[in-house]
Amino acid sequence: MADYSAIIKEKKDKSVLMDWLTTVDHKKLGVMYLIAGTLFFLKAGLMAVFMRIQLMFPESNFLDGQTYNEFITMHGTIMLFLAATPLLFAFMNYIIPLQIGARDVAFPFVNALGFWIFFFGGLLLSVSWFFGGAPDAGWTAYVPLSAGDYGHLGMDFYVIGLQISGIGTLISAINFIVTIVNMRAPGMTMMRMPLFCWTSLVTSLLIVFAFTPLAAGLALLMLDRLFGAQFFSPDSGGNAVLWQHIFWIFGHPEVYILVLPAFGIISEVIPAFSRKRLFGYTAMVFATLIIAFLGFMVWVHHMFTVGIGPVTNSVFAIATMAIGIPTGIKIFNWLFTMWGGKLTFNTAMLCASSFVPTFVLGGVTGVMLSMVPVDYLYHDTYFVVAHFHYIIVGGIVLGLLAGLYYWYPKMFGHHLNEKLGMLMFWMFYIGFHMTFFVQHILGLIGMPRRVYTYLEGQGMDTMNLISSIGAFLMSAGIIVLVINIVYSALKSERVVVSDPWDARTLEWSTPTPIPEYNFAQVPQVRSLDPLFYEKIHGDGKMKPAEPLSDIHMPNGSILPFIIGIGMFVWGFGMIMLNMENAIITPYAVIIPGFLLTFGSMLVRSIKEDHGYHITVEELKKLEKEVS
Amino acid sequence: MMNKHTFMMRLLPLSFILLLLSGCGEERLTALDPYGPQAEWILDNLILSLYVMAVVIIVVFALYFIAVVKFRRKPGDNEYPKQVEGSKALELTWTIIPLFLLAILAVPTITGTYYFADTTPQAAGSSGEGEGEGVSINVTGHQYWWQFDYEDGFTSGNEVYIPVGEKVEFTLTAEDVIHSFWVPALGGKIDAIPGIENQLWLEADEPGIYKGKCAELCGPSHALMDFKVVALERDEYNSWVETMASEPAEPEENTTASEGRQVFEDQGCIGCHAVGGQGTAQGPTLTNFADRETIAGVVEYNEENLEAWIRDPQSFKQGNNMQAYPDMEDQDMDALLEYLASLEVEQPALGRQVETDGSDRIEEPQNE
Repeated sequence: MADYSAIIKEKKDKSVLMDWLTTVDHKKLGVMYLIAGTLFFLKAGLMAVFMRIQLMFPESNFLDGQTYNEFITMHGTIMLFLAATPLLFAFMNYIIPLQIGARDVAFPFVNALGFWIFFFGGLLLSVSWFFGGAPDAGWTAYVPLSAGDYGHLGMDFYVIGLQISGIGTLISAINFIVTIVNMRAPGMTMMRMPLFCWTSLVTSLLIVFAFTPLAAGLALLMLDRLFGAQFFSPDSGGNAVLWQHIFWIFGHPEVYILVLPAFGIISEVIPAFSRKRLFGYTAMVFATLIIAFLGFMVWVHHMFTVGIGPVTNSVFAIATMAIGIPTGIKIFNWLFTMWGGKLTFNTAMLCASSFVPTFVLGGVTGVMLSMVPVDYLYHDTYFVVAHFHYIIVGGIVLGLLAGLYYWYPKMFGHHLNEKLGMLMFWMFYIGFHMTFFVQHILGLIGMPRRVYTYLEGQGMDTMNLISSIGAFLMSAGIIVLVINIVYSALKSERVVVSDPWDARTLEWSTPTPIPEYNFAQVPQVRSLDPLFYEKIHGDGKMKPAEPLSDIHMPNGSILPFIIGIGMFVWGFGMIMLNMENAIITPYAVIIPGFLLTFGSMLVRSIKEDHGYHITVEELKKLEKEVS
Repeated sequence: MMNKHTFMMRLLPLSFILLLLSGCGEERLTALDPYGPQAEWILDNLILSLYVMAVVIIVVFALYFIAVVKFRRKPGDNEYPKQVEGSKALELTWTIIPLFLLAILAVPTITGTYYFADTTPQAAGSSGEGEGEGVSINVTGHQYWWQFDYEDGFTSGNEVYIPVGEKVEFTLTAEDVIHSFWVPALGGKIDAIPGIENQLWLEADEPGIYKGKCAELCGPSHALMDFKVVALERDEYNSWVETMASEPAEPEENTTASEGRQVFEDQGCIGCHAVGGQGTAQGPTLTNFADRETIAGVVEYNEENLEAWIRDPQSFKQGNNMQAYPDMEDQDMDALLEYLASLEVEQPALGRQVETDGSDRIEEPQNE
């Protein structure tokens, strides 16, 4: 990690720990998202391995039905909310300000607050294991299974934990929108923005419109579970299908929330290693917008079998098919970016380019799923499991790996080892296809999803064995990645050049390691791919858009961390309302938690904090050191 | 018409692959070997969509692999290739051609949706030349068993009998949580949701036993919520209905079975398990219990397993609602088993011979 405390004389002396707990620097927060996301990813991945061990042989007794259900629920919930989202946020946080030529995000304090709220929400969800079991109704938490009469205490952790971490995600998204709209360097018009910034902007907009219905739905479910409301209880006039509508109005856009930034990463990595600009940039931007718009029009395709009627089903089927068109546009534009280029196949490019055919395999099954009557066969079977893992692993995870290998030298000052990278890629990629391809067929021959076992003699034994072996191979690939991270940190040569890949966008014009203020002078952008433009039409360096002057920097603050703790405390208190034999009254926990949260907010509101300035003299000295 | 269509489809190579794959699954379970018009429609259109998707996959893969092989950077080559902005003609091509491909799928999707939505029961085949009324069955999903209520006023649990070659209407709901009713070899699935009634029709072309599964997560034993559809020729079906609807004969007095009947009443079994018209359907109706292949849908039927089940149901199906009777006297248990074994409804000679070697059933308790 770039250690710029050595470069910059800190205003106050802080220990390393306090420095990280109080930081509002987008780069440090990006690294924190990366670490938190990776830990959650490893945890949920381990659960997947346990599930595949259970399903390796028929009628196995490794896990019982209840534990298995807890594993599927936590695997799905963690992977989507606490692994994929923060890992993408890590790159968005770190890279967006650099790509648009800004010194930080628009609201550095809110950025830190978003991280800590997300983190403590995730932690609250995770501690459910120690209080009588994790949530067990699937990541979709369909009522009535998740509601008062049938759901266990774990579901309260799901409802409150997700509610809290969702607030963190939501405020971070608002921060990204404001940053991208307001903080672009002079000359960087919207249509000169790197595609990763575009997809991040659209994803943030989707979060604003999708996480709000989720928050409403979770609030209703919380009222049902904790305070005896009857929104979803059929016995009292509530409606069980209502939850599914609310959930999928969030849940379908959630898929695009995750996959669009991955599209963005791919759209950065492929041009960089093809040495060629992105083919059809404008078409790519509008395809992103159309996908985002249509993403809100298709949620019923998750509910074709709830008996909603042929008219509704037909309309949503056609809307779903329509999404195939902008997605196809993207696929072909990536292919034609590579076409006629000069391709370098390092690990980043391998991940990014193999994303294209892999994602197509997931996309075509998506179109197949939109055929309503055939969906009556696919729905809730392993075919669907195979489909969405092709999208999520073959799409999002490959995108994340590509981004990791691509931006790693900029973020950490050294490359990841290429040989270990190649080994990881092939193990992961082959394992991935072994695990999930056969699951298509398992679904067609009659294996429903979310089953903890299957009976012998139904023709499912061999394919489940193959699938499990594939899962082990994938995990071994991830272990190689972890080894690579440690090995490279110890052995890899330091990167001192600012642009190790001969890349095209602004983040590669910053020195490595990046100073706290990113750019001593905000650059003047003259084209799409600004750095590449300067290489061809200039001297290869960005021209400054402003004279060297004092830089205003925000002060760090411990308050986001304390607000996060406060939310954890009152959240836990709320869950205690449903606990039998709670040691103390829940209100003795809820009220202090609230006081901590809102007290910290009050302190933030009345205490003036104008930040500090890095003066021109200091800047000149620092810049000399850097160069 | 449907059969000819299927035959044409099966001549083609992709379909051939699917046909091979259908060998992987178990007959009368896998959807790749359909036994009814609905399942045939689904498979035909699945194959149609595979053809359309094959076009997309071949084009993308071909472009990808050519690009990967052909456009490599040579070591030491520091020139940039030509920077191409884009191409309106190409963008239009890959916008319009997919539109046509999707139209090929959209048409059968909509006609099919309406074809599946018309659940009016028909007595003799889906051609509509039926004589008399078709069969309608009410289905209720419970944790973790299926209740089937017939129009003639009787109830059956976990095994539903239907006449062959007739469009049978199922009206589904659930008692507790959401379940989903799925018989892959016969057709599509639909959810059974508490507070809501859904309709589904199925038709079996041949007599036989078709396997059904619950497809919506409903609790720890969701994986074990299997059921069976028994398709009988119409006259056999009629006689089965007649026996089920009539009052079952009481066991002869002073036999083990009659003692068993006493145990059945004294221990309160009848409070949940109806026999004939008596008792309530809190648990599966036992009128034709001894005809069943399995205990609780998944456990192999024999005396040993039945006794183990009664003493500790949780060890087979975690989370099910049956009360355990761990301390029942052996004498009472023997009588009870004898009584339960007597609960037969005269079985016509149905397609039981197609039934398997029993390998599809759990032989041992699951969770010990």
